[in-house]
Amino acid sequence: MYELFSNLGAWLVSGEQWSGPDGIGHRLAEHLQYSLVATLIAAAIGLPLGLLIGHTGKGAFLAINLASFGRALPTVGLVVLVFLAGGLSMLPVYVALVALAVPAIVTNTYAGMTAVDPDVKDAARGQGMRGHQVLFQVELPLALPLIMTGLRLALIQVVATATIAAYVSFGGLGRYVFDGLAQRDLVQVLGGAVLVAVVAVALDLALSGLQRILFRHRTA
Amino acid sequence: MTIDWSWIGDHTDDLTTLTISHLQAALTAVFLGVLISLPLAVIAHRIRPLRGFLLGLSNVLFTIPSIAIFVLLLPVSGLTRTTTVIGLTIYTLVVLLRNTVEGLDSVPVKVKEAAKAMGTRPLRTLLTVEFPLALPVIMAGVRIATVMSISLVSVATYIGDGGLGQLFTDGFQRNFPTPVIVGVVLTLLLAVVADAALVALQYVLTPWRRRRA
Repeated sequence: MYELFSNLGAWLVSGEQWSGPDGIGHRLAEHLQYSLVATLIAAAIGLPLGLLIGHTGKGAFLAINLASFGRALPTVGLVVLVFLAGGLSMLPVYVALVALAVPAIVTNTYAGMTAVDPDVKDAARGQGMRGHQVLFQVELPLALPLIMTGLRLALIQVVATATIAAYVSFGGLGRYVFDGLAQRDLVQVLGGAVLVAVVAVALDLALSGLQRILFRHRTA
Repeated sequence: MTIDWSWIGDHTDDLTTLTISHLQAALTAVFLGVLISLPLAVIAHRIRPLRGFLLGLSNVLFTIPSIAIFVLLLPVSGLTRTTTVIGLTIYTLVVLLRNTVEGLDSVPVKVKEAAKAMGTRPLRTLLTVEFPLALPVIMAGVRIATVMSISLVSVATYIGDGGLGQLFTDGFQRNFPTPVIVGVVLTLLLAVVADAALVALQYVLTPWRRRRA
């Protein structure tokens, strides 16, 4: 066990492991790229949907069940399925990651919108604000902390799952996990897993810190 | 992409076996997760300094990719069902622990004080007052953990287990979509059925909530 950990330490800090196209630096950049692109696409789909459902109050059933559906969907199956349908491209990976992230974004956006005090919305309407003004000037700012929590959760999940890109022969930190598996090289698998976990935890801490700074004047 | 219906007809026995094995792995993990998280949640609820530590630790465990957890367990438990179940149990802990702590937190202080004033001992208060009142929030966690486990079992296909997940590797290797589609559909069906069963269980376990609803 000790030997395994010292080998892992050596693997993580060795200069040659960090350089080149198969180096940690390059794999890390790929991993972040997949994760950010997928989360941005998911946000472009999930945010308007969540805002619409929250604002109109229609489709709440959808918003609640979408979360459950997202959790139930087997990511491996989805990647393989889109891969078999669409051939070798990054498309299957992005489809699976976006499908994973959208429910978290929609449900949190919706939760943020429903948490806005109805009296505040009535007051805004009473002052003659139109629907879109109430949405963008009252509801959205008040719902923002929960919306950001949804985006954060989605990104963390996507970072952990982007490992799967390597299964259909792409890059990212998952490369180490799947190559290590194929080569029966436990140190490499362990190294890949540790790196993914570190990236996810670091992003989570950074984003929750950012949230605290942005919303420090809020009571809730 | 077309579905080869005759393949499904020829493999009903295999599909049944895989479905049962899939459900078994997921349910065992949730059951163990509940057994472990209940005492841990009580500790986290009662001892404040440990609360942040326990919840933080389970959060970190959650960010480790599931495939990595399964592989890391190989030196311990090998290519067995045990590895699958341990890996899944670790994942369920995050949801179960957080919801159980939140559930215990949601019990009104006045109710606990009333129990104390009536001379009820702490353990009895926990079992007969706090847990029943926390049950809706705990059950919400159990439902999430169950659905999540059912979906995650398939990842264990990389270590030779995985229940319905074996259909994904099979389809991937042979470039044959039918098993993959069947696997996805059966996984979703299992999740829906298990979730409905838990809703029914909660209805049975909390008779006092029916009158209000």
